[in-house]
Amino acid sequence: MNLKPETIAKIDQLVPRYPTQRSAALPLCHLVQEDQGYLSNEAIEWIAARLELEPINIQEIVTFYPMLRTEPVGKHHVRVCRTLPCALAGAYQTCRRLEQELSCKVGHTSEDGEFTLEYVECHADCGHGPVVMIGEEQYNDIDPDKASELAAKMKSGELPGGITYS
Amino acid sequence: MAIQEQRLIFKHLDEPGYSNDIDCYLRHGGYEQLKQAVTMKPEDICAEVMDSGVRGRGGAGFPAGMKWKFLDRKSGKPIYLVCNADESEPGTFKDRQIIHKDPHQLIEGMMCSAYAIQAKLAFIYIRGEFFQGYRILERAIEEAREKNLLGENILGSGYSCDIIVHRGAGAYICGEETGLIESLEGFRANPRIKPPYFPAALGLYQCPTIVNNVETLCDVKHIIEMGGKEFAKIGTPGNSGTRIWCVSGHVQKPGYYEFPCAAITLGQLIYDVCGGLKPGRKLKAVIPGGSSSKILRADERFTGKLKNGTDFDWGIEDIPMDFDSLMAVGSMSGSGGVIVMDDSTDMVEALANINYFYAHESCGQCTPCREGVPWMRKITQRMIEGNAREEDADLLNSIADQIAGRTICAFGEAASWPVQSFIAKFKDEFVEKAREQAARRKAGELAAKETTLI
Repeated sequence: MNLKPETIAKIDQLVPRYPTQRSAALPLCHLVQEDQGYLSNEAIEWIAARLELEPINIQEIVTFYPMLRTEPVGKHHVRVCRTLPCALAGAYQTCRRLEQELSCKVGHTSEDGEFTLEYVECHADCGHGPVVMIGEEQYNDIDPDKASELAAKMKSGELPGGITYS
Repeated sequence: MAIQEQRLIFKHLDEPGYSNDIDCYLRHGGYEQLKQAVTMKPEDICAEVMDSGVRGRGGAGFPAGMKWKFLDRKSGKPIYLVCNADESEPGTFKDRQIIHKDPHQLIEGMMCSAYAIQAKLAFIYIRGEFFQGYRILERAIEEAREKNLLGENILGSGYSCDIIVHRGAGAYICGEETGLIESLEGFRANPRIKPPYFPAALGLYQCPTIVNNVETLCDVKHIIEMGGKEFAKIGTPGNSGTRIWCVSGHVQKPGYYEFPCAAITLGQLIYDVCGGLKPGRKLKAVIPGGSSSKILRADERFTGKLKNGTDFDWGIEDIPMDFDSLMAVGSMSGSGGVIVMDDSTDMVEALANINYFYAHESCGQCTPCREGVPWMRKITQRMIEGNAREEDADLLNSIADQIAGRTICAFGEAASWPVQSFIAKFKDEFVEKAREQAARRKAGELAAKETTLI
């Protein structure tokens, strides 16, 4: 495992704060995923060893929580909320526009690896639907025309990519 | 004329110049209640919370003082406080405002509560999608630590308590308190069975644990400030304090609005506060307390007897916005997420959307839920894809009836109530869907219409 020194430092600081090591499993999955982009088998084994657990103990978490992933995403990770309040505000139309603009079917990564487009469930900002997240940034009230603007900005490099954790 | 909000929890957070750093919070009188709290006897704070009558703002509406009273203080095990900031009930977006714009109010409320229950350690379980909220809370906690408002020997009182911010990762079930505890322990968030696993006795690490919603913990600060009895005067008996109604869907001005409980009716909220519906549209239905609460039909009459014995006869617009009135009309105020639908809404599509959500979020532990909820999704999906059958409404209902009450946690009900209430109130549309499709097929057209909500 080739983790960045700052990731290791964060992990070393975090684990002893919890009353049990196992409680740090989900936070470690987040930290390693942010470092590596996704959770490979090697990463899962590394986390398990770090917490004196079996790999299956981490695997069962990784397969349970939707935000943890075992495959890399595109440079821009685009998440469109599809839950009822956003749907009432037109989220499905927004997503269709994004599919066209990004040449990427929802649920997939574009062939050039630039974009991953996904439906997600409620992001808890239902007064501003449709809600779209790109990487860690949230964009509100995204109707199809605003979706086109966002797509143009992603293509021109004006918007940061999906994996810009700091 | 628009009705004026009466803000308590949200008093400052949208004021021009109000920022989320500790200096701004202190300038606005922040942490005075914590200073006061650590000079009080912990049991006196618990008594104030009991007197206030404040009910949990996360969904169930259970009195917080009662929850605290159930705490097993004699076990000799450490006590934990957990703030449920998983805010995941569709339609709800109030906790996000507090976390992003006024994090110190939450921290103060938490530290007052932690002191009152003598917690050894506190956690904020924040939903994973709040990337920015997580960073804001981490910074706010460090600011508070520097000023000795949390950590070792808080304000020289001899009491010590730290807060750990723990990020979820996109699972709705982590909002259920025992699922949240499992998640915090490093497991899948499979809820625990109650009894015996009431968190107040056997919670985190099998120790006594209190899990409260963000808004409830903020209320504690205000209860200390004004006293429990004074707090109880806001709203009505049994429905004390303010509530933050999060309005989404087909209104002119969606958003969050804070009012004392029962201070406004659903009609005032929609028409006066939120500016009414979009031009030319009529109200069709309202889901009043997050997507799992039962839907209300715009042209229903609601009649019955309230808890205090008085008879009521309301149209949808007359329903007072509080815990008991919404329960009396067969729904609930839940987490305060009011989803408004106008006459352009296809109810079969709306239910298909909701079923998709619950099928995605079932933890998979109990068979009726793991199998039944995806079946409800498959049926509504088939219906909107052009293969609706006239008997589908009854089929959906029978599945829902076999889930509710047969699962470890309340998710089974949360997933069944939408189906049961949509069918009870809009069965004609479900039957009509099949007839329409049959007619189109006969005419040589595509049976399915283009959908907008799924």
